[in-house]
Amino acid sequence: MHIMRDPYIIRRRAVIAGALLTAMALSGCGHIEPWVKPYERAALADPIMSMDPNPVSSAYTHHVYEAREGARGALGGAGGGCGCN
Amino acid sequence: MKDFVEKWAQCLALLVGLWALPQSTYAAVLPEDRADLLYHRYEGGGVKIDGPSLLVRKKFAEKYSVSANYYVDMVSSASIDVLTTASPYKEERKQESLGVTYLRGKSTYSLDYSNSKENDYTANTASFGLSQDLFGDLTTLSLGFSRGWDEVSKRGDAVFAEKTDRRSYRAGLSQIITKSLIMSAGLEVITDEGFLNNPYRSVRYIDLASGNGFSYQAELYPRTRTSSAASLDARYYLPYRAALHGGVRYFTDTWGITSETGEIGYIHPTKGAWTFETSVRYYGQTKADFYSDLFPRRTFQNFLARDKELSTFTSGSLRLGASYDFARSGWRWVKKGSVNFYYDRMEFDYDDFRNIYNQSGTPPGTEPLYSFGANVFQIFMSVWF
Repeated sequence: MHIMRDPYIIRRRAVIAGALLTAMALSGCGHIEPWVKPYERAALADPIMSMDPNPVSSAYTHHVYEAREGARGALGGAGGGCGCN
Repeated sequence: MKDFVEKWAQCLALLVGLWALPQSTYAAVLPEDRADLLYHRYEGGGVKIDGPSLLVRKKFAEKYSVSANYYVDMVSSASIDVLTTASPYKEERKQESLGVTYLRGKSTYSLDYSNSKENDYTANTASFGLSQDLFGDLTTLSLGFSRGWDEVSKRGDAVFAEKTDRRSYRAGLSQIITKSLIMSAGLEVITDEGFLNNPYRSVRYIDLASGNGFSYQAELYPRTRTSSAASLDARYYLPYRAALHGGVRYFTDTWGITSETGEIGYIHPTKGAWTFETSVRYYGQTKADFYSDLFPRRTFQNFLARDKELSTFTSGSLRLGASYDFARSGWRWVKKGSVNFYYDRMEFDYDDFRNIYNQSGTPPGTEPLYSFGANVFQIFMSVWF
């Protein structure tokens, strides 16, 4: 098996990536001045800017993709089971 | 055992670290109190799947949010795989999920459990997630872990019983870039172990003794699979109140599949109660190492697959959507509501999966390549309360 596809190495890299993200977050917390102030976030608070405005619909859409495609993950939450024959 | 202890120690360290973050006056928020009732319908490639989905979320004591989801797939299948090796069938899948989210300062912690049942497949999934707002709430970091236990059986075979163990590790980062731009990145690693193929599907191989030149044998997949997916999404607010969004995803796994996904969309609210949206999505993948449309002989290699989902193919889809807001100033206990309609047209084109249905007389391996289109409808009503 190719070393790049070794499940142990992939899992280990994921854990290290998570630890690095957390470490970066912890070390920087409270020291960065927000460059977009809370009162400047009116546009970002608009419902059309929500990354997942309708969870019931996105869960279904992701289920359709995952049943028809070989790829999976990094789409947000989706249910188990298949229904894919 | 050492690896197991080390992995859990790392996870525990992450949790303790995040729990210990100082609480501030800016707080994260719980999901809104909301109920959604959806009807979904998928038609394509000889398969029809429809059913309802009900999702309800409610906050308690300003610190907790509880969610429940009931979802049904009613499947009627005469797909190309079924037509060539089996008989059309009907079945039903029901999924029930329960979740609770706890808010503490700038952090949320969530626990979810779901159970999915078909007559030949049961899936149980437990998930834990946390998210933390950072840097004046410009950044949200989220981490998640899921564990799944599946039981696989086979219609007409009382002795067949297999299990699958699933684990998913997720990390996400959402970042406000400017007053009009937000971006998010996601990483998910999934490992599966156990029975991973479909007990009803077959591969075909050249058999000159057979009338049509080929025969079938049961497919056989490896018993482990690990995949990694990384995504990047962006959403941009246009000055006349509209939004552009787009995203890409790259995927690779230990079966040799790699894929790319790209999507771009536009949302346009009118001055009245309507919102219209459209998006296009591209998906392309390479085949699994052990996939072939036609093997040279029986048991040609140790792992065998002819699932079209593991072949080389591309797909494109177009979405059209419309939403209508009602009770915008509230009505009794309802704060607001909306009715939504989405239509997706999907096209699948396979590069190495051939259409062998009704192809008698055609030499094996020269049949036309398979392709199909699907229509997907969603209509749902949402009420905020």
